[in-house]
Amino acid sequence: MSKKVNEFQILDANDAELMRISREGTLSLNLNEMYTIQSHFKTLQRNPTDVELETIAQTWSEHCVHKTFKSMILYSEDGKETEQIDGLFPTYIQRATEEIDKPWCVSVFSDNAGIIEFDDKFNLVFKVETHNHPSAIEPYGGAGTGIGGVIRDSLGTGLGAKPILNTDVFCFGLPDTPYDKLPKGTLHPKRVFKGVVAGVRDYGNRMGIPTANGAILFDSRYTANPLVFCGNVGLIPINRCDKSVEPGDLVVAVGGRTGRDGIHGATFSSAELDDTSENLGSVVQIGNPIMEKKIVDALIQARDRNLYRSITDCGAGGFSSAVGEMGEDIGAEVHLERVPLKYEGLAPWEIWLSEAQERMVIAVPPEKLEELQTICESEMVEATVLGSFTDTHRLQVFYEGDIVADLDMEFLHKGLPQHVKQAVWQPSQHPEMKSRDSQTDNYTEDLCQLLASPNIASKESVIRQYDHEVQGGIVIKPLVGIENDGPSDACITTPVIGSEKAVIVANGINPKYSDVDAYLSAASAIDEALRNIIAVGGTIDKTALLDNFCWGNPDKPDRLGPLVRAAKACYDIATAYGTPFISGKDSLYNEYRDTTIGEQRAIPSTLLISAICVMDDIRNAVTMDVKSPCNLIYIVGNTYAELGGSHYFAIHDYIGNKAPIVRSDEGKLTMDTLSDAISNGLVRSCHDCSEGGIGVAAAEMAFSGGCGMSLNLSNVPTGEDISSDDFLLFSESNSRFLVEIEQENQDKFVNHMAQVPIGCIGTVTDTSEFIVTGITGKRIVDTSIDILKSAWQTPLHS
Amino acid sequence: MKPKVLILRTAGTNCDTETDVAFQLAGAETELAHIQNLISGKVDLTDYQILAIPGGFSYGDDISAGILLAIEMKYKLRDSLHQFVADNKLIIGICNGFQVLVRTGLLPGLENGKSEDSTDITQQTTLAMNTSAKFECRWVELETQQSPCIFTKDIKPHLYLPVAHAEGRFTAPNNVLDELESNRQIVLRYTANTESSDNTEYPHNPNGSDADIAGICDTTGRIFGLMPHPERFLTKWNHPRWTREDLPDEGDGLAIFKNAVKYAQANFS
Repeated sequence: MSKKVNEFQILDANDAELMRISREGTLSLNLNEMYTIQSHFKTLQRNPTDVELETIAQTWSEHCVHKTFKSMILYSEDGKETEQIDGLFPTYIQRATEEIDKPWCVSVFSDNAGIIEFDDKFNLVFKVETHNHPSAIEPYGGAGTGIGGVIRDSLGTGLGAKPILNTDVFCFGLPDTPYDKLPKGTLHPKRVFKGVVAGVRDYGNRMGIPTANGAILFDSRYTANPLVFCGNVGLIPINRCDKSVEPGDLVVAVGGRTGRDGIHGATFSSAELDDTSENLGSVVQIGNPIMEKKIVDALIQARDRNLYRSITDCGAGGFSSAVGEMGEDIGAEVHLERVPLKYEGLAPWEIWLSEAQERMVIAVPPEKLEELQTICESEMVEATVLGSFTDTHRLQVFYEGDIVADLDMEFLHKGLPQHVKQAVWQPSQHPEMKSRDSQTDNYTEDLCQLLASPNIASKESVIRQYDHEVQGGIVIKPLVGIENDGPSDACITTPVIGSEKAVIVANGINPKYSDVDAYLSAASAIDEALRNIIAVGGTIDKTALLDNFCWGNPDKPDRLGPLVRAAKACYDIATAYGTPFISGKDSLYNEYRDTTIGEQRAIPSTLLISAICVMDDIRNAVTMDVKSPCNLIYIVGNTYAELGGSHYFAIHDYIGNKAPIVRSDEGKLTMDTLSDAISNGLVRSCHDCSEGGIGVAAAEMAFSGGCGMSLNLSNVPTGEDISSDDFLLFSESNSRFLVEIEQENQDKFVNHMAQVPIGCIGTVTDTSEFIVTGITGKRIVDTSIDILKSAWQTPLHS
Repeated sequence: MKPKVLILRTAGTNCDTETDVAFQLAGAETELAHIQNLISGKVDLTDYQILAIPGGFSYGDDISAGILLAIEMKYKLRDSLHQFVADNKLIIGICNGFQVLVRTGLLPGLENGKSEDSTDITQQTTLAMNTSAKFECRWVELETQQSPCIFTKDIKPHLYLPVAHAEGRFTAPNNVLDELESNRQIVLRYTANTESSDNTEYPHNPNGSDADIAGICDTTGRIFGLMPHPERFLTKWNHPRWTREDLPDEGDGLAIFKNAVKYAQANFS
């Protein structure tokens, strides 16, 4: 036994001691798990070394195995009898994909990212990750390594995909939070905002990957727990999508050196934050985008010359996770003293667990090593042989000749006991807001307020800091319109320059609805993501989804209940629309414990749905900016009095109780018919109706196109009787679009849409006036597009 | 025969693929080569007629944009580079490549910039941090100037191209600016594309460049550097407003690469 390793005395430890070991080691293992480990080592009649226990803790961490989504859940909804759910993931996410069974799904949920077909030469990979806890403590480094990590997921999928697009979605506290209201030990939302944006900018731009889709949301409950979602799309040759590992293959580490940074990142992400978390500096990694670019340049060449059989990234858990996963079915042997270090003095377990960035592990047949090393040298990247894969079915780690870990792969990967968790859900009851028609007959001010609310306001100042043109493929930009500053519904890229075949990427997210019901929030997120795909010219039948759940502590039944609701919605709506999930991730324990008042705060239940669609011909794309005066404005889809969790209610400090429902039969018919109309060239512009309803969507279309608009609400088709102007104008009902139609195409369009509720609600004008007439004939909005645009552009301008 | 273009790569280069495509569409034969392979002699610069230094963040733009690659070229490729220039061959630097050419002194390459031992030239101008103090990605209107530049020969009077950089503010002492003016070395200027393009304000001049300078050439017109990205506007689908405007299929950027290929065909085959 090497002097450099210690044993954890667990054989005779009692419950209290077991939990102390777990807590003091930041292992995030619960008592039941500690028992399992204890009894395993009792059969071996020895204590585990620090390397062994750390390896188990990392392998069994929520971050790496997603215990909660696999656990047995006893779920009770008020009034109903308790339901037993054997794993949210298999029951709702995986099953949806299996039942939808799309032939173009190449690989789902198995590799580092999902893979779908693109054309006859290439497939697409797509993955979205979160990096919330690190970004809360060190926004710049946390966000930068977040994007760096998800890029390595693409590079670690199949035999390695070339990264072609980044996406990012952030949730922050309110920018105007008074400093004296800041929870102890947390950074001000503005500081987090600036740091996160700069982190993603500097990493993505240096990597030469366009960042062309995203969203930024604000809510006071994100102040202590900001959310940072980073996504990457990659392009991979169809014959490079499978990986395998053979005994005798060399374990080769490629890329950056190993230091003490990012230790315990995997287990730390299962901890709630409090005012001491800021002291955990070493759990945040340090990014170096140029190193990662060199790795991509070298490995893509090695991939095309078949120099390795398998690849994965060193993410959470470092070598422990990477080698452990690659050797799961056969075994592996690693010699830690061979690992190139940034500096001396690391204990063996630190080398093994370090989450130092920009490192990949590949399985190299010995005869290919020399050629691989030549490529790496010419690209100025270090490639080091750490050991080899074996047929022992054991994970054996050596340090200077001594064995410091000797673990049974079966126990390591299958030994984790299934958790049993309680979940409860009570429908919430909020004060209901009435229409304000009796108090006012002018909603101009409300419309300006909505446009200025931070979730809706222009994000141009952020978007321009990202290089969204690099690689020369982005054909529908994040900013569109006559002055290149309107909010595009989605971005489109043509990864093969010169080909018309394109990829659409969009997202949907609306945590406000989860204050009413997480089911409706999740359902609406899917509908919104699909609307954004349709709005630029995509089709549902070529669209795949990613799910990223960010939740509070799932060990608390009232936090887990909404997670069950959201998962059920994912199954119901995805199967109804026929859009499979190809990858996903969850980040739980997003809670802050205020040690001063002992209060516990969770983030709003937040589900991000990312959508990716293969588009056959870029020429069918449309944008949201109105094109020319005299064209007609139609609304497509029924409006309901659904303002629960809406932005309109929010600006009047209400939540309400009727959040938008997804009526997937109506929704699917609407979207399919509309996307036909678009590909037939009947639609000049199209914008999805979401936050702020018809009012905000119409205003955005008008000022982005530099034309005025005159609308009349009496022609809005409704699914129920709505007699108030504000509800019609600001309802956030799902599956609705505003479209611009040329007069000569009016009949064709109306005939085409015969099966779908539509209404001609106005025209594009050659003035700058923006006018809305209410159902009783009163002018309820009377302003100019310049006023609306400046209301929308000013808030987040700098 | 097709002219041969060498597209120089190093750690942090990231616009090499689209630059490669641009030259191929223009009718050239292209090779992507890492500077290590030029230094080691695996790749020989004399085999090529056009050298392209693409955009990106060479060596992370540590110290300042492009300087490390510039030093490497100046001292490790010194002779072959001087030979390449002496042979009247073409060099284009785009964005980070422009920053590199400026830091080597190859641009603007003024006579008085040459030191006694003649062959070595020193840096006379710079590309500084944008006045907005941040990286910005946006499309800009450009006015092509009367100049000896090979790459912009007979090109449209106005070009529309994207910029994406943090260090693009061209600045130089007044006497140098005057000399560039009198030598007609200013190739591209940012413009508001209005009648009075004399005072072009942000964001039309996206970085605060002196005299709205977006691109310059050397006195011979064979070495060209610009901050905007012509390789990002090869087809009309790259244009930010193709869904609302009637545009030719070919993007504004392609002509720059075609001019280079045409010159090389005329002079080296």
